[in-house]
Amino acid sequence: MNILNILLAVSGAAWGAGVGAGLAAIGAGIGIGRIGGSAAESVARQPEAAGIIRANMIITAALIEGVALFGVLTCILILVL
Amino acid sequence: MISKRFSILCVLFFFFGFSNLLASEAIQKESTNQEEKGFDFGELLMHHVKDAYEWHFFTLANFDATIYLPIIAYKNGEGFEVFSSRKVSDGNSYHGYEIEEGHLRRQDGSKFFDLSITKVVASIFISAILLLLIFIRVARKYKGNEKKAPHGLQAFMEPLVLFIRDDVAKPILGDKTYFYLPYLLSIFFFIWINNMLGLLPGAANVTGNIAITCTLAIFTMIIVNVSGNKHYWLEIFLPPGIPLWLLPIMWIVEIMGIFTKPFALMVRLFANMISGHMIILSIIGLIFLFGEMSQGLGWGIALFSVAMSTFMLSLDLLVAALQAYIFTILSALFIGLAVQDAQH
Amino acid sequence: MDLLLPQFGLIFWTTIVFLLVLFLLSKYAWKPIINAVRERENSIDEALRTAEKVKEEMAALSADNEKLLQKAREERSKILKAAKENADKIVADAIEKASDAARKLAADAKQDIDNQKQAAIAELKIQSGKLALNIASKLLQKELAGQAEQESYMKKLIEDLDFNQN
Repeated sequence: MNILNILLAVSGAAWGAGVGAGLAAIGAGIGIGRIGGSAAESVARQPEAAGIIRANMIITAALIEGVALFGVLTCILILVL
Repeated sequence: MISKRFSILCVLFFFFGFSNLLASEAIQKESTNQEEKGFDFGELLMHHVKDAYEWHFFTLANFDATIYLPIIAYKNGEGFEVFSSRKVSDGNSYHGYEIEEGHLRRQDGSKFFDLSITKVVASIFISAILLLLIFIRVARKYKGNEKKAPHGLQAFMEPLVLFIRDDVAKPILGDKTYFYLPYLLSIFFFIWINNMLGLLPGAANVTGNIAITCTLAIFTMIIVNVSGNKHYWLEIFLPPGIPLWLLPIMWIVEIMGIFTKPFALMVRLFANMISGHMIILSIIGLIFLFGEMSQGLGWGIALFSVAMSTFMLSLDLLVAALQAYIFTILSALFIGLAVQDAQH
Repeated sequence: MDLLLPQFGLIFWTTIVFLLVLFLLSKYAWKPIINAVRERENSIDEALRTAEKVKEEMAALSADNEKLLQKAREERSKILKAAKENADKIVADAIEKASDAARKLAADAKQDIDNQKQAAIAELKIQSGKLALNIASKLLQKELAGQAEQESYMKKLIEDLDFNQN
């Protein structure tokens, strides 16, 4: 019953880290989802600008992802420190 | 056409499935090595994503496919010392050096510089040589053929080079494109080839190592700040439309900004690549985690795991290119912000 | 934690390798590739521009041709017209000349005839005078003895003669 042991053995910090990583993922998901949605709308409205919109979408998504990764990194630090 | 595509897909899936099998084989052997402790998930993950002094491919029965790489250590007063990592493997010590928790250290605890050719360094050498071979070969093909259409490898690489030039560099850098283009091209292909090589079974996790991404980010930071013009520094120290009493706070924020931008570059690439590796390893690790509980369960999970990790590897192929692109375009963006003329 | 701490050796080697790659690729790969691509793009541009120019020239040429043809056609019709006029004129001249000649011939003939007629009349006059004289002298030799009678009779005879009748 290894899995149960693993689940029970985790400490409070680990719980916090897990929840934190999840929250970071939610935030990034919402942010990038909104970017993707708006980009899709913009492309539908102006198909001729699809290339520029895609490049901007990727850049913005990467910036948001960076923030989310900071969150995940902090969670890793909680775990290992 | 369809059958051709289908066969390519089959080959790809076979390749991924095979690489997964190899990886799982390796994991199995490792887990059997530490039978007394049981299956240690964390240890397995760390072993696969961390750097090492020897290049361990797989262990099959009693055959250990490992390349022991040279260790180079420099100590003030004693000079360089070069020896094979085999001499310090399995807890042995050599000339006062030993490996503890994956790091080379002196038994007396004194400081030294560790310049060893580790697994990651060897992998970088390989990818650098590959990169040089590919592109110098491609460049040769242009000699005397300037007005002809590209062929073969040249035809594959040229659109990529043109993509970096026309879609990444030109819209951002404008007339300064050709000055920064060699750096952008180099960094794009360097990251991409390292990402791709890192996906191979048994290969080192190069771009998922923070030292490598840190170095690349530092390059971008240096280029951005060295090429920053008057306008760039004015924006940092005297941002327009900010009341005087706010200036010191802005200075702190802006100067932090100089460092957070490359820091984000570093973390993004590192986290993306290492998470890709970790997810695949975790999915495959599930097989052995469940296999420990019951063999049948392990085999059942294996079906799911191989399919899932095949999917994840395909996704990682995309991520490998995407992250190289993002690193390049963000570098171009930061350089562009530093060299642009006052527009507002 | 190990994962998040960059190691000095790795940074050292990455810096060296990347700088080397950057230098070598810039010199031996990117420069030739980018230059070649630029050159090719320039040549393609050039070719396109030349093609455009040639097309324009062709259009101009065909317009020229059309114009030339038009001109030639006009010229031809002009020449034809002139030739026809010329021919007409020649014919008219010829007719004129012929009729002139004919008229002149006719006039000459008439003159000739008149002359001949006059000559013939004069001859006839002389002959008839002589004849009459002869006759008269013979008659008179018989009937008129005197010179005076003879002469008056002669005069009367001559006055009575009117050749211009008929």
